[in-house]
Amino acid sequence: MSGIFTKSMARNIFYGGTTFFFLLFLALTFDTERELPNRDNRAAITPEVAAGKHLWEVNNCLGCHTMLGEGAYFAPELGNVYKRRGGDFIKGWMQAMPTGAPGRRQMPNFNLTDEELDQLVAFLKYTSEINTANWPPNIEG
Amino acid sequence: MQYKSQAVAMPYFIAAIGLFVGQIIFGLILGLQYVVGDFLFPEIPFNVARMVHTNLLIVWLLFGFMGAAYYLIPEETETELFSPKLALAMFWIFLVAGALTIVGYLLVPYSTLASMTGNDILATMGREFLEQPLLTKIGIVIVALAFLFNITMTVLKGRKTVISIVLLLGLWGLAIFFLFSFYNPVNLVRDKFYWWWVVHLWVEGVWELIMAAMLAFVLIKVTGVDREVIEKWLYVIITLALVTGIIGTGHHYFWIGTPEYWQWWGSIFSALEPIPFFAMTVFAFNMVNRRRREHPNKAAVLWALGTGVMAFLGAGVWGFLHTLAPVNYFTHGSQITAAHGHMAFYGAYVMVVLTTISYAMPILRGRAANSEKAQVLEMWAFWLMTIAMVFITLFLTAAGILQVWLQRVSDTPMSFMATQDQLMLFYWMREWAGVMFFVGLLVYLASFFVKGEAKAVAARG
Repeated sequence: MSGIFTKSMARNIFYGGTTFFFLLFLALTFDTERELPNRDNRAAITPEVAAGKHLWEVNNCLGCHTMLGEGAYFAPELGNVYKRRGGDFIKGWMQAMPTGAPGRRQMPNFNLTDEELDQLVAFLKYTSEINTANWPPNIEG
Repeated sequence: MQYKSQAVAMPYFIAAIGLFVGQIIFGLILGLQYVVGDFLFPEIPFNVARMVHTNLLIVWLLFGFMGAAYYLIPEETETELFSPKLALAMFWIFLVAGALTIVGYLLVPYSTLASMTGNDILATMGREFLEQPLLTKIGIVIVALAFLFNITMTVLKGRKTVISIVLLLGLWGLAIFFLFSFYNPVNLVRDKFYWWWVVHLWVEGVWELIMAAMLAFVLIKVTGVDREVIEKWLYVIITLALVTGIIGTGHHYFWIGTPEYWQWWGSIFSALEPIPFFAMTVFAFNMVNRRRREHPNKAAVLWALGTGVMAFLGAGVWGFLHTLAPVNYFTHGSQITAAHGHMAFYGAYVMVVLTTISYAMPILRGRAANSEKAQVLEMWAFWLMTIAMVFITLFLTAAGILQVWLQRVSDTPMSFMATQDQLMLFYWMREWAGVMFFVGLLVYLASFFVKGEAKAVAARG
C-alpha cells in the first residue's frame, strides 16, 4: 500500500462502506418483512401452536435436533417431521422414550401431558407448512 | 507492564483458560456420545453437554476479549484504566453468573431452570447459543455495559488510536446486537431471522473488528512496524469484513422461510467473506517479514501468524465450501456445518485470544517473554492443538460428505439415524483427534508452570 492510499482514505471508505451496506441490509430486511406473510405460514399460528413453540424452547429440543436445518446435528431434522411421521407417531414416540437400547443415542422423556403433546404436534405441523424453498431435498430431512 | 491498571487483565485471562479446559472436556463427552449413544445418559444428556460446550466457549472468549481490552486500552490510550475496581467487580460478577448458569444446566432439568428463572415472563431460552436463562442474559448486559463504560471513559480521557477506536466499535456492536437475544417472536421465521442478528452479526461482523484490533496491537508490539502502516491495514481489513459480512448474513436466509432473493444476496456476498480473512493472513505475514525488532516472545509471533492462517482456512475456505445456495441446499445443517464451525471458531477467535494471552501474560508476570523452555512447550501446544483441529475438521468434513450423499443426494435416501450409523468410523477418528487436542491443551497449561531463565523486562515501546 503506497503513499497515495492514506490512512484517512482507508478510514473514510470504512465508515462509508459500512454505513452503505448496513442501510442496504435494513432495506432488504424491510422488504423481507413485507414478503414474509406470503411464506411464513403465520395464518396457522394459533394459541396452541404458540404453546407448542414454548414447549419446544423450554425443553431445548434444538440441543439435539435441527429445525429448518439449524440446531444440533445429533438427531433428526424436525421441521418436516410432521409430514414424515404424522402426529400420532410423534406423540407415541415421545411417550416411549428413552428406548434404553444399549449403545444407542437416547432421547430423554420430557413427561409431557397429552395436551402438551398436542401443542407440540400443532407447532410441528405449522413448521412443516412454512415455505422453505423446497428444503430439505427429500422427506428424510 | 507500562500501566498498573493493566494488571486487571490477568484474572480475565486465567478465567478464560480455565473455562476453555471445561469446554474441551465437554467436547470430548459430546464426541463420545456421537459413537456411544448412551454415554452418561441420563446424567448428562447430549443437549446439556452441548449447551455447556458452546456456552463455555462464548463465555471464555468474552473473558478473553475483555481481558485483552483491559490490557491493551491503557497502553493504546497512554493512561490508566478509568476504574480498575469496576473491572475487578465485573470480573467476579461475570464469573459467578457464568458458573451458576453452567451448574444450573447440569443439575436442573432445562424446563425447570426456565420456569425458575423467569422464562415465563419473557421467553428467550431454548434457542441455539442463546440458551442462557433470562437472569444470565440480563447479567451479561449489565457486565457488558459496565465494561464498555469503563473502556469508553478510558479512551475518552486518553490518546485515541485507530486500534482502540476499532476495538471499541467492535465491543459496542457486540453489546448492541446481543440485545436481539431478548426478541423472540412466536413466528418461527421471524424468530430465526433476528436470531442471526446476534449470531451472524457477532461472529461474521463485529467480532472481526475485535479480532483485527487485537491482532494489530500484538503485531505492532512484536514487529515494531510503524503504527501508520498497521492502522491502514486495520481499516482495510475491517472494511472488507463488514462490506461482505453484513449482507453475507443472507447465507442463513436460504431455507428458513425468507424470500428467495436472499439466495442471490447471500451467495454473492458471503462468497466474498474469505477476502478479509485472507487479508488478515497477508497482513500478519507481511508485518512479521518487515519487522524492525526481534521480539523475544517467539510463541506470541507464532500464534499471531497461526490465527491468520487458521481463520482463513476455517472461516474463509470452509465457509466458502458450503455457502453457495445450490451447494448449501444439500449441506445445510449437516456435519459440514459442524466442521466449518469448529475450525472457524478455533482459527479466528480462540487463536486470537491465545495470541493476546501469549503476548501479555509474560509481561503481566513481570518479564518480556517466558523462558526458552516455556516457549518451546507453548509452541508444542500450538502445533498439537492446531493440527488436532485440522484433523477434527477433516474428519467431520468426510462424515458430512458421506452424510449428504446417503441422506440427501442418493436416489434412495437413507433416514437420518441409518445414515449416522454409516459415519461411525469418521466420528471415532474425530474423537481421537479431540483427545490429541486435549493433550495439546494440557501441554499449554503446563507451559505456564515451566521455570527457566526469563527474558528481561520489555523496553518501553
